Amino acid sequence: MSFVPGQPVTAVVQRIEIQKLRQGENLILGFSIGGGIDQDPGQNPFSEDKTDKGIYVTRITPGGPAEVADLRIGDKIMQVNGWDMTMVTHDQARKKLTKKKEDVVRLLITRKSLEQAVNQSKGKYPRP
Amino acid sequence: MDTESNYSGYSHYSGRSRGSHRHGDRSRDRHKSRSKDSRSEKSVTINTPPAEPLLGDSSVRGEQTQDDNWGETTTAVTGTSEHSLSQEDIVRITKDLEDSVGLNCRLYLTRTIAVILGLLVFLTPLAFLVLPHILWPEKLQSCGTACEGLYISVAFKLLILLLAVWALFFRPARAGLPRVFVFRVLLAVLVLLFVVSYWLFYSVRILDAKDENYQGIVQYAVSLVDALLFIHYLAVVLLELRQLQPCFSVCVTRSTDGTTRHYNLGQLSIQRAALAIIENYYSDFPIHNPALLSASKSRAAKHLAGLKVYNVDGPGNNAAASAGLAQSQSRAMIAAAARRRDTSHNELYYEEVEHEKRVRKRKARLVVAVEEAFTHIKRMQDDEQKKAPGDVMDPREAAQAIFPSMARALQKYLRTTKQQHCHSMESIQQHLAFCITNNMTPKAFLESYLTPGPTLQYNQNHWMARRWTLISEASVTSGLKDGTIFLLKCVDFSLVVRSKKIPYIQMSEEYIDPKSHKFVLRLQSETSV
Repeated sequence: MSFVPGQPVTAVVQRIEIQKLRQGENLILGFSIGGGIDQDPGQNPFSEDKTDKGIYVTRITPGGPAEVADLRIGDKIMQVNGWDMTMVTHDQARKKLTKKKEDVVRLLITRKSLEQAVNQSKGKYPRP
Repeated sequence: MDTESNYSGYSHYSGRSRGSHRHGDRSRDRHKSRSKDSRSEKSVTINTPPAEPLLGDSSVRGEQTQDDNWGETTTAVTGTSEHSLSQEDIVRITKDLEDSVGLNCRLYLTRTIAVILGLLVFLTPLAFLVLPHILWPEKLQSCGTACEGLYISVAFKLLILLLAVWALFFRPARAGLPRVFVFRVLLAVLVLLFVVSYWLFYSVRILDAKDENYQGIVQYAVSLVDALLFIHYLAVVLLELRQLQPCFSVCVTRSTDGTTRHYNLGQLSIQRAALAIIENYYSDFPIHNPALLSASKSRAAKHLAGLKVYNVDGPGNNAAASAGLAQSQSRAMIAAAARRRDTSHNELYYEEVEHEKRVRKRKARLVVAVEEAFTHIKRMQDDEQKKAPGDVMDPREAAQAIFPSMARALQKYLRTTKQQHCHSMESIQQHLAFCITNNMTPKAFLESYLTPGPTLQYNQNHWMARRWTLISEASVTSGLKDGTIFLLKCVDFSLVVRSKKIPYIQMSEEYIDPKSHKFVLRLQSETSV
């Protein structure tokens, strides 16, 4: 998941759709995010590359909408409803996720196990 | 029976006190303690009960109809209060008369010496210039241009000297200090010596020799005036500038209730420092209210009243034996008092809580009453000419009109906080008129009654003690030093003053480059969505 500055980023992503849950006045998703271009990337426990300033999932509330939608801790969020999440500040990411008018968010997330799974499947079925 | 014997005891004492005025306060204390001991033959007290505060209480001039101690203490207290008040007054008045005569003598003496010296100083240069013309006009060289220029210089320098002396020395005296002002005396002596030496030289070398060089004489007179101006500069430095730089920090405590303030003073003599402190006292310290001290006195009386020592073995005639006996009795009393289970702290606590509640309630009622009273009047605008002349009031009448609606609440509040003797009805109405005239809010009007203000705020004739006694172990003209302690005694209380030297401050510098302010992010924040 490391990137070379100036080159397009390529990653294997999974599409996850989360329905927001109404709790009182708020619509919650049931997970916590960390990271952003204004944060210290060295303290991110989930990233492989310690210069990666992307948005990562740091906590999932058990039984919440995110868990139901199969979001896992340590996932890196690449897009939210079409908005890019790889080069945003922490607050911008929060805003894109908590828009009051939308009650469903479609995330593109990537994780290490996805890449491994793709490589494995590539290896299993060699091209003729 | 007790009142009668007490009365005779006090009148006997007062007869003695009329004769001796010198150490008035100190001898009064000693006499009082002796008479107190004669009253209570059988009970031995460890410390002489404070007789002074009793007089302090009665100096409230009996306007206090609700004295808290009225029923509790012995009849001797109420029996002596009126009598000792009148004795105290007589003592005070006679002391005033005597000392005022003495002080006036000193004032006139100082004034005459100053006037004589001033005349001498101003007339000397003129005499130097005029005498040759009178004594040997034919032999004198005529005054050329340079010489006449010097005339102008002498005239203007004398004018400047006159203005400077008027500015520095001719100011109304603000106080009468016990000893002479050392620097002024030194300067006067210096000026006198200086002028005398000039006259000596003049009379020997010029008058006797009948010198014809008039320009030299005029230059001599100019040099005298120059030197006088320099002496005046010396006077400014010694009298005014030297004490401006703060050198000592003094801590002033009032003996009755412990109010403390700190001031910074420069290098002053003790008497001048005392004067500066008294002037600051009037504007900084809240007014001395003897009514607030009665509670602690009654508690102290209760501590001592419970124990009595009975001498079972019979009176011992030997002085040494009786002294030893008195000491052991005192120790026994202290031990017994310590062992006794004292619940007075409980009473104190609950009493204070009750008092606090009562004060708050009365204050709330008072604030509401005053605010309502202020809504009844408003300032008439210039264009409202239609009102009948009977309705239009000036501030005093407006104050009198709204005063009755708040008078009761105000009086109750003042009585609860024991301030009712500080404010008369007349003064309250005056203050109300003042507030109305200056468009003040009800809160501004009340502020002077809710908290006790400095002494300056109240009626000056009633509260300002004009006679202060400086009690000091060091000579009062010596300078302030580190650790100087002296007392300023007034009739009702005394101020204890301690001085400390301001330490030498060693300051060093550290340069910060503006570009060196750089920051990095430290935290990784986590937001839940």
